[in-house]
Amino acid sequence: MVEGARPVPGASPAPDAAGLGRARATGFLVPAMVLILVFLVVPAAWTIYLGVTNYRLTGLAAAHPEVVGLDNYTRALGDERFRTSLLLTLQFVLGSAVIGQAGLGFAIAFALRDRRGPLRRLVEGFVLLSWILPSSVVAFLWIALLDRDAGTLNALLGIPGTAWLLDHPMLSIIVFNTWRGTAFSMMLYAAALENVPRSHLETARLAGASTWQQLRDVVFPHIRGHVLTNLLLISLWTFNDFAPFLITAGGPEQRSEILPVYVYKVALSGGELGFGAAISFVMLLINLVIALVYLRMLGRRKEAA
Amino acid sequence: MTSTATTASSTEPTGDRPAVAVRHLLAQVGRYTFLCVVLGFFALPLLWLATAPFDDTPTVTASLPAFTLDNFRALLDNPYALSSLLNSVYLAAGTAVLVVAFAALAAYALSRVRVPGRDALLYGLLLLSSIVTGTATMVPLFELAFRLNLIDSRLGVILILSGGLLPAAIFILKDFMDSTPTSYEESARVFGASPLQIMRHIVVPLVRPGLATVGVWAVANVWGNFLVPFLLLRGPDKAPAAVIMYTLYTEGGQADLRLLSTFSLLYSLPVALMFVFVSSRYGFRFHGGIKR
Amino acid sequence: MSAITMRELTKVYPGGVRALDALDLEIADGEFFALLGPSGCGKTTLLRTIAGLEVASGGSVRIGERDVTNLPPGRRDVAMVFQDYALFPHMTVRDNIAYPLRIKKVDRRSRAGKAGETADELGLAGLLERRPGQLSGGQQQRVALARAMACHPQVFLLDEPLSNLDARLRLEARTFLKRLQRELGVTTVFVTHDQAEALALADRIAVMEGGRIRQVGTPTEVFRRPANTFVAGFIGSTPMNLIAARVHGEELAVARARLPLPEDARDRVTDGERLVYGVRPEYLDYSASPVDGALTGEVVVVENLGSVSLVSLDVPADDPDAADAPDGGAGPDGDAGPDGGDGPGAGLAAGDTGAGAGRTSVQVVVPEGSEPEPGDTGWVVPRPGRSLLYRDGNLVTAAPPAGVPAPRAGVAARS
Repeated sequence: MVEGARPVPGASPAPDAAGLGRARATGFLVPAMVLILVFLVVPAAWTIYLGVTNYRLTGLAAAHPEVVGLDNYTRALGDERFRTSLLLTLQFVLGSAVIGQAGLGFAIAFALRDRRGPLRRLVEGFVLLSWILPSSVVAFLWIALLDRDAGTLNALLGIPGTAWLLDHPMLSIIVFNTWRGTAFSMMLYAAALENVPRSHLETARLAGASTWQQLRDVVFPHIRGHVLTNLLLISLWTFNDFAPFLITAGGPEQRSEILPVYVYKVALSGGELGFGAAISFVMLLINLVIALVYLRMLGRRKEAA
Repeated sequence: MTSTATTASSTEPTGDRPAVAVRHLLAQVGRYTFLCVVLGFFALPLLWLATAPFDDTPTVTASLPAFTLDNFRALLDNPYALSSLLNSVYLAAGTAVLVVAFAALAAYALSRVRVPGRDALLYGLLLLSSIVTGTATMVPLFELAFRLNLIDSRLGVILILSGGLLPAAIFILKDFMDSTPTSYEESARVFGASPLQIMRHIVVPLVRPGLATVGVWAVANVWGNFLVPFLLLRGPDKAPAAVIMYTLYTEGGQADLRLLSTFSLLYSLPVALMFVFVSSRYGFRFHGGIKR
Repeated sequence: MSAITMRELTKVYPGGVRALDALDLEIADGEFFALLGPSGCGKTTLLRTIAGLEVASGGSVRIGERDVTNLPPGRRDVAMVFQDYALFPHMTVRDNIAYPLRIKKVDRRSRAGKAGETADELGLAGLLERRPGQLSGGQQQRVALARAMACHPQVFLLDEPLSNLDARLRLEARTFLKRLQRELGVTTVFVTHDQAEALALADRIAVMEGGRIRQVGTPTEVFRRPANTFVAGFIGSTPMNLIAARVHGEELAVARARLPLPEDARDRVTDGERLVYGVRPEYLDYSASPVDGALTGEVVVVENLGSVSLVSLDVPADDPDAADAPDGGAGPDGDAGPDGGDGPGAGLAAGDTGAGAGRTSVQVVVPEGSEPEPGDTGWVVPRPGRSLLYRDGNLVTAAPPAGVPAPRAGVAARS
């Protein structure tokens, strides 16, 4: 009775509370996993395969695609239009997601942090509205707003005849995407700011810290994880965003042709499916790199904590 | 707005020294100026949507309308306008049902039965879905739909959209399920309830807010999705509102602004109403992986 | 018949944690039985294994005549009340109580009627249309009990039934629970970590540690004659004094004093043997003036417990060797380390105060009115027949005290 007694840590929770059993649990998983496999994993893998063929939508290569190795990739990297498009995409992500959405979203959340009542609801309502309306509707709203002859913006500014979409296409879609996506960052930061302990802020204020010092020393250390998660998600979303196509269709003269638009034009309008897939794969790789960089930073934060 | 600023600042305790009070006042004025600019920036593009549908002769400029409801009557004459809204309803409802049902089953199994590597799998799929949906895989998606004979099929659109939405839906729902105590299910089990009875009587009612959140989220996603139906559906008779909206202002020379504005409004209203309903009923919650 | 019989019952969790270790236990029909032990001792696992929520890794469980080891929980004819009550928040009280009947496919009308009757019995009439969230803790507990009663099971299983109630309500609920069990006469097993709760409620108690049963007995037996130093330290609101001792002929050398050898141990010890002397603070009498056969020392702490006070004395140890002895003698207690402060370590007075200093601490319960002041010198005399001796952590004793395996007095009275 004595010698066998051994320490037992706290009973672990039931592994299977509802008595599902492995078999039934697998059955529950199968439908979702099949859909994900067929319509998410397979296309991703297929992209890799198509990228090394000369597959086309029409013509000889449509019936008998040939493996052409890395030709598509060397061609893409040598292609002026691809390089420009990549550069534009990076501008687009940096300008509209990192600076625009995250910056503006945080600023709004911070300005509203201790406000309740109608002003807060009004601001939040409009910001959210721009987020939830269908993209083809908001695209037209912006076309109307920026119209050269009768656009509301030109009327307000008193400069009729300014062709925003033709003269400043990148600026237009960057501002548009900022407008469109700020809501997510705003809400995420609003939730994050609620988690900053009041006592810490009050301590800083009692010590005479300015708003900027409070932000730097108290707020940011607390919401670093939120910031990184937010940046990761909005960067990926923006990188793959097709909505600018609805406004400028990549024009004029490919001056706002970000990668998603470029792929669409090359592969589906131009019919070069293999080449398009190669570019898609490059996009996947870039996405992966973005994700890994952010996750590394998140991981480092956890180690530091 | 300036008056609001002064009243607000006067109610707050100001410092003893005038310099502090002035700085405080300036900060308040700055804050309200900023909020007004933000309000203007976000409201401005929306103005047109509020005025043009009721305007006798709408232009692209937002202006006080000469009030009329004729535009809505004109909409009825368009062969595709109303049917496209119906198409959107089909797609959204089909996808939402599929996503909620499949994600609930999968999330329940993942939450309650310990499978090795479950979290890695979930994060991997989530990452994949945020990377892959959208444009990077449009070529193989088109190919796949072609091979599976799903071109020009509503089912194809529903399946593809579901596949893209499922990982995040499972993620959100698993979070809801994880936060419900297992003693409810164990209790029912001791009374002899079968797993499906437990699911029906206990789990589904308990996570109903989660199911609603995911359903609404799926509907909103499908409702606004342009690319997938644009790629896969050929004829205008099956096209959802997102695609019809786009063709209304890109095809056929001069756009019919009366049609366009009323259609925009009708098309936007359901998601806006749904959002108001859900956020007032359940609160708009950030659950799970987003808040880390 | 709904006795519960466990043979060689073993539960090993994935990862090798042995929560139940070849455990044998019999619970008589109609008995109110407590599983008592520190957290992690396996008591909840045992309860859940009886319920069928955990699948045994080995051994068997029988309820009445049936071997239920491999039956799913729903077919064992048991009802369980969970620590958090697990009342379904989306159902009314009536629907909650009627839920077991709904599973048994009783038609809607008669199950609503049955739920009403059960609720009446437990004083829940008038609350039937409420949701669990609108009830007080005590009401929730009674709804959970009503739900368990509604399907007339052979066995009730209660997991920490009183722990979710606040202190005042807990006493009230304890009385209520004991009365209800007596009226229903259904075999009831409950889990608790609170020794006072187990002593107050149960007909018999199994004290568990490390997946094994350390002692089974009536509350009186477990309190008066703990079978080992673990139980001695765990039972009782103040832990038993455990002091190093050495046999000296017909006497016992304890902390420079000579005490008579306990009657029942006389023939079982050898001269010069090192043992651990155990006596409860309640069974010591304090005296402010010198008395024969007493332990003596300086009063260091006086704790007021209401009607009595707990007085701690610093008693010089006999010699350094003797002071070391309890640690060696209490071998199994070293294994109980993870069990924390409630464990026997607290009972081993020599362990905390001063093996090195050659002093040991003795606690004594003093009635109100005669409390000493810290700094006084006091004498404490053990009451006859209440002293125990432990060798290697186990009670040195004559034949097992009468009545251990017999059914409880209440059952005998009923039958």
